[in-house]
Amino acid sequence: MARALTRRAGGPRTLLRLRRALGSRTALVALLALLLLALWWLAGIQGVTGQRLLSLVVRGVMLGGILALGAIGLTLIFGVLRIPNFAHGDLMTWGAYLVLLGLPLLPAGPPLAPFSFGAELLVLLVVAMPLVGLTGYVLDRLVFRRLRARRAPSVILAMAALGGAFLLRSLIYLGWGADFRNFYTGRPRPAIELFAGIRVRPDQLFILGLALLLIFLVYLLLERTKMGKAMRATADNADLARISGIDTESVIRWTWLIGGGLAGAGGVMFALDTQLRPEMGWWLMLPLFSSVILGTIGHAYGALIGALVIGIVWQTSTAFLNPAYGPGVAFVVLILVLLFRPQGIFGKPGGT
Amino acid sequence: MGDTTVVKSLLLALPLWFVAARALPARLPWWARAGLGAVAAWAFALAVALVVPPGQMAYLVSFAIVGSIYAVLALGLNVQWGYTGLFNIGIAAFFAVGAFTSALVTTRMPTGAAAAFSEQAFGLGAPFLAGVLAAGVAAGVLALLVGGPTLRLREDYLAIATIGIAELVRLVFQNERWLANGPQPLRGIPQPLACLVDDPVCGWLPAPLAALFDPLAPRDYPYVYLAVATLFVIVVYLVLERAIRSPWGRVLRAVREDEAAAAMAGKDVARVRLQAFVVGAVIMGLGGALYAHYMIAIDYTHFDALYGTFLVWVMLMLGGSGNNRGAILGAFALWGVWTGAAFVVDLARPLLAAISSDLPARGPYLRLLLIALLMLFILLYRPKGLVGEERFVSRDSQGRDG
Repeated sequence: MARALTRRAGGPRTLLRLRRALGSRTALVALLALLLLALWWLAGIQGVTGQRLLSLVVRGVMLGGILALGAIGLTLIFGVLRIPNFAHGDLMTWGAYLVLLGLPLLPAGPPLAPFSFGAELLVLLVVAMPLVGLTGYVLDRLVFRRLRARRAPSVILAMAALGGAFLLRSLIYLGWGADFRNFYTGRPRPAIELFAGIRVRPDQLFILGLALLLIFLVYLLLERTKMGKAMRATADNADLARISGIDTESVIRWTWLIGGGLAGAGGVMFALDTQLRPEMGWWLMLPLFSSVILGTIGHAYGALIGALVIGIVWQTSTAFLNPAYGPGVAFVVLILVLLFRPQGIFGKPGGT
Repeated sequence: MGDTTVVKSLLLALPLWFVAARALPARLPWWARAGLGAVAAWAFALAVALVVPPGQMAYLVSFAIVGSIYAVLALGLNVQWGYTGLFNIGIAAFFAVGAFTSALVTTRMPTGAAAAFSEQAFGLGAPFLAGVLAAGVAAGVLALLVGGPTLRLREDYLAIATIGIAELVRLVFQNERWLANGPQPLRGIPQPLACLVDDPVCGWLPAPLAALFDPLAPRDYPYVYLAVATLFVIVVYLVLERAIRSPWGRVLRAVREDEAAAAMAGKDVARVRLQAFVVGAVIMGLGGALYAHYMIAIDYTHFDALYGTFLVWVMLMLGGSGNNRGAILGAFALWGVWTGAAFVVDLARPLLAAISSDLPARGPYLRLLLIALLMLFILLYRPKGLVGEERFVSRDSQGRDG
């Protein structure tokens, strides 16, 4: 019966086989590799040197690190709590502005050479991360919990998240206005040569290092602690997890604290690399969701891989495309994934 | 009482006529309703035009025009979300594509000195209605492209894809100078029926009508445009009411309520969703055209997530999803709250200055805070909105319960 139905839907059997082959994990990886090669080729015929391309890839990895901080939290909240959190980008912005709020309160130390920031920024980062997590949890207590109790569908949760996003952003606008800001004004941020002529700013290396450290901590948490196990179980099958006696309430609390904390760190890192703008997080939403879907919703390592792919593709495209289109390139990747394998790299066949 | 007031009140009475005729009891014959409605509407419009001082009248008219444009957008969203349950948070994309398409179709290529400052891909100099038509088609094609790969997937994917297309459209109109003069505004979008306020009045008009419009001066043009904009709202509303009460409309709601059951009944769910998505987008495109011809000059900043998408969502939710009258009511009510809040913030300036010297300049953002809180409040405590969904089975049995 089922076979007859699929046959009717998919047409002749060879076509069905082709469809299935195109939807395989290998095909998706090949497709992404092909996309990257096409980007390099396009850059090549425009006369971009290999050295420049290589340094763009290095920068892409760094950008991917920042995106991963946002995407891992987003995918956990999406997978564990079933909330498509459209406020996630604004949580990132929130983290950056919390640090900006604290900077004048602390004595400004000398820059930790070769970096452009002083120790106070690190202190504030450590303070801001749990605060952003707490913000997310408060939003959950006030809004999402009530909607969950009503068994609201996920689109309603998405809409509430959108309201939360605009709420957060209005607070940022009220506090700081719409101007561009920097953590430190007037400090030179020279690039140093890494190897083979690849130039990066020391801050960018710090960002990458911190992103790797935080991702490693999340790995430990998910793999080695009971809470991590509970979270993965809930993401895998929420009903089964509840029946097995997992404390849903503490899973919710920890998911927000971790997801929000990572988002806060990601926002601070992004602001350190570029500037602070109230809309910066909103513009990161598209790359974040693309990373999450590419890496399968609820899959933390998938989000990491997705973020790296998006970061590299984004930076590489700037070799020959107006850099403003970066988020647009992420959108192209998203559409490719949705067309061929909507369940993402790690998704089970037939999912979604 | 000048001749101008009479013409203005006649233009104002046009939409009111429709509302009055609909509001009269249905057991009266149609000609009685039309006649009584016309009298009541004109009397009311005349009273308003006489009593309200000219400055405030101009403000009211521009308020009503923008309200009508938002009403069209909210009606489009109502087809997608209200009736079919499609979560589109990229309204701005279809709005912008409609606006720029109509602008490109109706303007002429800049020539002479202007060509050095302004670029655009093409300029056909076509009439207003051609621009409106093209706007609807362009928005519909965009909806096909976005909806095709995403509508067959889980529902939240559409939300992400629509956010993406809205950003992409905005980026294109910001960065591609050759297309529509981005990031500079595309100027000189013609106004429909502008010749009514010229001297002499449009040549094609029969003499008695020409004499009627003769007293209007160019600064009275918004009255003409208000009639155009409200006519759009009325036409879209009537078409949608018809469609929603047709078998097609019932399938939409069936898909929204229970996809599996609709599929079991032999309905092609994916196809129905795509149809609803495209129809909604076409209406949003019309709204864009209406906006472009009102603004005369448009640029990418007009189509951001706040004005292009978020406000429309709160309007529909405030009025009542799944109810076309609610969508229109919500559009006007929320636009009233939004513009009214500006006055309140202005009054509160001294208070804001007392809190912090930076705050008065940022006062307008208080409105954003207010709207965001309003949205969360509606979601939590009043999910049905002001009027709630209308329940009916078909056009022929408009019962109270379906």
